[in-house]
Amino acid sequence: MSKIRDRIEDINNNGRKALSIFLTSGFPTIESFVDNTNRIIDAGADIIELGMPFSDPLADGGVIQQSSQTALKNGITQKQTFQFAEKIKLKNDIPLILMGYANTLQKYGREQFEQDAINAGVDGLIIPDVPLEEFDDFFSPFSECLDKILLTTPTSSKERILKLDNKSNGFLYCVSVTGTTGVRDGFDNTIIENLKSTYQTVNKNKMLIGFGISKPENIKQLSPFADGFIIGSAIVNSLQNDGINSTVELVKSLSEACGK
Amino acid sequence: MTEKENKYSAPNENGKFGEYGGRFVPETLMSALYQLEATYNIAKSDINFINELNDLQKNYNGRETPLTFVKRLTEHFGKAKIYLKREDLNHTGAHKLNNTLGQILLAKRLGKNRIIAETGAGQHGVATATVCAKFGLQCTVYMGEVDVKRQEMNVFRMKMMGAEVIPVTSGSKTLKDATNEAIRDWVTNVNDTYYIIGSVVGPHPYPMIVRDFQAIIGDETKRQIKDVEGRNPNYIVACVGGGSNAIGMFYPFIDIDEVNLIGVEAAGYGVDTDKHCATLTKGSPGVFQGMNTYLLHDDEGQISEVHSISAGLDYPGVGPEHSYLNDLKRVRYSSVTDDEALQAAVKLSQLEGILPALETSHALAYLEYLMPKTKSDEIVVVNLSGRGDKDLNTLMEQIKF
Repeated sequence: MSKIRDRIEDINNNGRKALSIFLTSGFPTIESFVDNTNRIIDAGADIIELGMPFSDPLADGGVIQQSSQTALKNGITQKQTFQFAEKIKLKNDIPLILMGYANTLQKYGREQFEQDAINAGVDGLIIPDVPLEEFDDFFSPFSECLDKILLTTPTSSKERILKLDNKSNGFLYCVSVTGTTGVRDGFDNTIIENLKSTYQTVNKNKMLIGFGISKPENIKQLSPFADGFIIGSAIVNSLQNDGINSTVELVKSLSEACGK
Repeated sequence: MTEKENKYSAPNENGKFGEYGGRFVPETLMSALYQLEATYNIAKSDINFINELNDLQKNYNGRETPLTFVKRLTEHFGKAKIYLKREDLNHTGAHKLNNTLGQILLAKRLGKNRIIAETGAGQHGVATATVCAKFGLQCTVYMGEVDVKRQEMNVFRMKMMGAEVIPVTSGSKTLKDATNEAIRDWVTNVNDTYYIIGSVVGPHPYPMIVRDFQAIIGDETKRQIKDVEGRNPNYIVACVGGGSNAIGMFYPFIDIDEVNLIGVEAAGYGVDTDKHCATLTKGSPGVFQGMNTYLLHDDEGQISEVHSISAGLDYPGVGPEHSYLNDLKRVRYSSVTDDEALQAAVKLSQLEGILPALETSHALAYLEYLMPKTKSDEIVVVNLSGRGDKDLNTLMEQIKF
């Protein structure tokens, strides 16, 4: 039923880890966005997460906050983000996920949002400020073809991880550390032990690790405890400071580390 | 004049006030919210906790605060009798300590040794720095860069008490951005850190906990007005930013229908400009900083950069319980402009020798609209939420004698 899950399974069955790349919609410019995304997919991204810019992104660190501000200054709208999704899906047969904050859906109209997302070819949603407790009231029960991906974190108990796993569709997003998105120096033993135990607990879904993953070394180190990886801030940072050519090289190296 | 049975029971077990409130936060914080709720539910009926808090409220904070009949202000309008609930006479100069004293005891119970807070006007930051000094806990306060400048006295007060003040440079550099940064800090350091939220905002259980600690304002007022007048007031007026002084005053009166409750928001340059914070007057429901509530935001759901002369009201959201009371029409919400608030500050100072905070001045300014409609045998209570010493810089810029 889930295109996202099927794709991750295929990739894993071929002995590789899935690589999901996060891009802030409309960043660094509206004009370059679709071309950049196509090049990043060609370089080895298996899944694209399209970040919907929000003025007050609570779960994000400085890099993604600033990219959101830039995109908003560029004049990005939700309609345009849906159009980007459509264009990307026309050219590429890969799962596409929208990631953003509850108020974007709320103001758009929650059911209309889900319908327009499905019409644009979107496969899943990640809304970090809609936790398990708000899930049933917030999301439409009628849009089963749109996966709602939940997050588990180092503060989630084992019992809760099972609930999250049960409710999540597409995959389970495992947040590696407490904190906001952003590049980190490395992962200590406590974090590794926690990831290991989470990976053992999760049984319904594939588990992708995100937050703080920036280099091929991170992927190699954590590969035994994940079905795939999500890279955001490192990519946005590279687009900001080094440009698309360097970003394509970074994606290639991350893809290789995933076993390609 | 009998009180009806207690029928108002919000929030429900999911932290919802009607459709408002809730827990719209990243997963990382969920376990901390559950822990806080469980700890609070035990503490609030624990006699040791109650006694310790009562002792602090009396012997450290200086409660109970007076209910002052203001004769000259009453004569000025020539209508209903006006009383002021003197929250300005609390230790540190505003109602904020009512809440921080309660929350610091919860932090202690939870075994946290690092405290963080957000602040707008600096009053909540000062109240947090104060209780951290008293209890020997490490304190970090996030404050928008704009507010750091317009409230420099309070910044220095916090530093005097050993707190670290971190200026926030993102967004509009005011209260909402300080709150974002505090939440990000909490998400990162949730294991050893307690977040003392300063108003009835944020995810459940905060709006409920802060309300309960502030309800001492309304509880005392109810008793005091009965003592002097033998009855309930006809009108109660309070300013609303996040809305903690207002809810603390209103809550004990919610089930008493004959008491008219009026919340006054900041209209800035006017509600027909884009420079105001009249959230309930001009906003619409949305999800922000952990809660579903009325917000000022654009068609895309991007949060607006709002304005008020008073840093404590300069916030694009409002406590979810106010959104609920607004929809129930139990509280009437109105707004007054920067200029009206300034005139009210001068008026109270000159007629009564009480210099109110700019936040509070919004409630006082509303008397210009309310008083002509009142009768001389009626009673109006204004919650005088804070004193204006902290606003002298702004007042000196705005008022020429």
